[in-house]
Amino acid sequence: MTRRLSFKPLWRAGLLLAVLLGLGSLARGEQRFPPPDFESGHQLPATTTPAARALGLEYLDIAVLVAALGVASWLIYRRRSRRGLIWLSVFSLVYFGFWRYGCVCAIGSIQNVALALADPAYAVPIAALAFFVLPLGFALFAGRAFCAGVCPHGALQDLVLWKPLKVPPWLEQGLGILPFVYLGAGVLFAATGSAFIICQYDPFVPIFRMGGRTLMVGTGIVLLLLGMFVGRPYCRFLCPFGALLKVCATVAKWRVRVTPDYCTQCRLCEASCPFGAMREPAAGRPEPAQLARNRRRLGWLVALTPVLLLAGAGLGAYFSPAAARVHPTVRLAERFLLERDSPPRTGVLSPDDLALERARQAPRQLLEEAARIRRHFSWGTPLFGGWIGLVIGLKLVSLSLHRKRTDYEPDRGDCFACARCFEYCPNELVRRGVLPAAAISQAAAAAARPEPVVAKEGAS
Amino acid sequence: MNSSSPHPPSVSRRQFLRDGARVAAVAGLGGLVGLAASRSTGKEWVWQIDPDKCVRCGNCATHCVLEQSAVKCVHAYALCGYCQLCTGYFEPEPNALNTGAENCLCPTAAIQRTFVEDPYYEYTIDENLCIGCAKCVEGCTRFGNGSLFLQVRHDRCVNCNECAISKVCAGDAFQRVPADQPYLLKTTH
Repeated sequence: MTRRLSFKPLWRAGLLLAVLLGLGSLARGEQRFPPPDFESGHQLPATTTPAARALGLEYLDIAVLVAALGVASWLIYRRRSRRGLIWLSVFSLVYFGFWRYGCVCAIGSIQNVALALADPAYAVPIAALAFFVLPLGFALFAGRAFCAGVCPHGALQDLVLWKPLKVPPWLEQGLGILPFVYLGAGVLFAATGSAFIICQYDPFVPIFRMGGRTLMVGTGIVLLLLGMFVGRPYCRFLCPFGALLKVCATVAKWRVRVTPDYCTQCRLCEASCPFGAMREPAAGRPEPAQLARNRRRLGWLVALTPVLLLAGAGLGAYFSPAAARVHPTVRLAERFLLERDSPPRTGVLSPDDLALERARQAPRQLLEEAARIRRHFSWGTPLFGGWIGLVIGLKLVSLSLHRKRTDYEPDRGDCFACARCFEYCPNELVRRGVLPAAAISQAAAAAARPEPVVAKEGAS
Repeated sequence: MNSSSPHPPSVSRRQFLRDGARVAAVAGLGGLVGLAASRSTGKEWVWQIDPDKCVRCGNCATHCVLEQSAVKCVHAYALCGYCQLCTGYFEPEPNALNTGAENCLCPTAAIQRTFVEDPYYEYTIDENLCIGCAKCVEGCTRFGNGSLFLQVRHDRCVNCNECAISKVCAGDAFQRVPADQPYLLKTTH
């Protein structure tokens, strides 16, 4: 600039300076009133900037998570201690729940990962990534140790459980589809950058924060009241991360067993599970006629699954424009197109009106952005619909598979590893030295009601 | 597998399938995390308002998940004109230029007006009273120097996974910023 001044006429330099100053004032707000020169020597106070939570504390959260997962696995498989899991639940509830306000949590982290995979411009926080992968990794080996005593949502519901009622199997299995649907919806809306619905509709975070939207505070209280009689309603019938954990736990290396060594078929644990995860031994091999019917039904259901998938995809495509409206930019663009010709509003403007004014200043940019988001939804919603169809199909298939189960066992996927059933097993009580070894044969004799099941001698 | 085989297999079919599925799941999870981690910066991110995009709609006061919004008005003193008739402090056409509530814009009396020297007054925000409604910001930006503006205060913000205000922000002014530079302050240069 100074080099230029040396050979340009002075008035042009002055003009340039004026333009530059003008631009500067445009960019940083107009200085309509010049800041004063104080004669009293008044010092300007500095604008305070309280720091954000230190990054080191994020690593502390991750360390606590790993430690809690490890302790939970140890309590489930080595100590087989319900009491220990209760104390771990209390700790998790206090630390991850009431101290960390339930955020960041594994349930919500699904959305961070989904958005990171869909949008290269989004950098997923390291804590969110850790909270997503660690519980799933543990589930692949140790089942749902995360649900057992690490997740504050699960701990809260587990601790309020008072008199568990048995949910009828048809309802249990039917509602069991919901977490997968919720998971699909959460991924769809997160990946399109529309909303983190799993966080928005989280029923327990408002309780951890002691305040929030009336709707969600109410939902949280209702779920907790319900949770006194229905074990862990959110975990079983809503939690999207539970859906992922369930899949991982199904193929887990270790599984929760009621008995520490062998099963005497005493049936004392039959009604021990408040979460409907206890499975009876399979009733032998069906008759040939029944077997043929079962096989035919299975064949039809396997064939039905792709049909359901396609039907879901079709429905999804149909609802694509409606789903796109969840994104605020699409909503704004639609409102802008509707009111394009109406005169600008005056007077006190509502937030919506102010957003519309913003839209009017850069309409082209807004419409392009909205079109881009709609394109994402046009393939996202068919995928989501197809996912629902697939889940329903696979659920039907899994319900009609024949299980070779010889003992009373918790379902691999549904079991929260809460360790309640352990104390119902006489073998466990013998192991702990609470009962003499002779008690087992007595318990087995007492349970020798008309044998409804064919029981091979306790395997494994 | 023939069930009449004299030697039952050491690994059952279900067990084999389960082991295979687990190995696949570990690999899949590893790939997923690798991909997501390649897009992670190892930094922590926090929410902040770009004061140049803020349209002072008032949603910050009402949509924060906290009972008292984490968004507060802050003052860039170097930009301030120290006006006697501050359009961020006084109602339009006030009865008198004094601290009477009927003359003030702020619904919670969170702005303190102190005399510095004739004719200059200093305006300070009491963050314990401020609700982030942006009424003063509107007055200051529209008619004054724009030295009052809204910021997310990180001693209060719980850094939600998705900021509830950001989804209703009329100016689309909310953005994630690195936690080591968590403010977007207005400056003179």
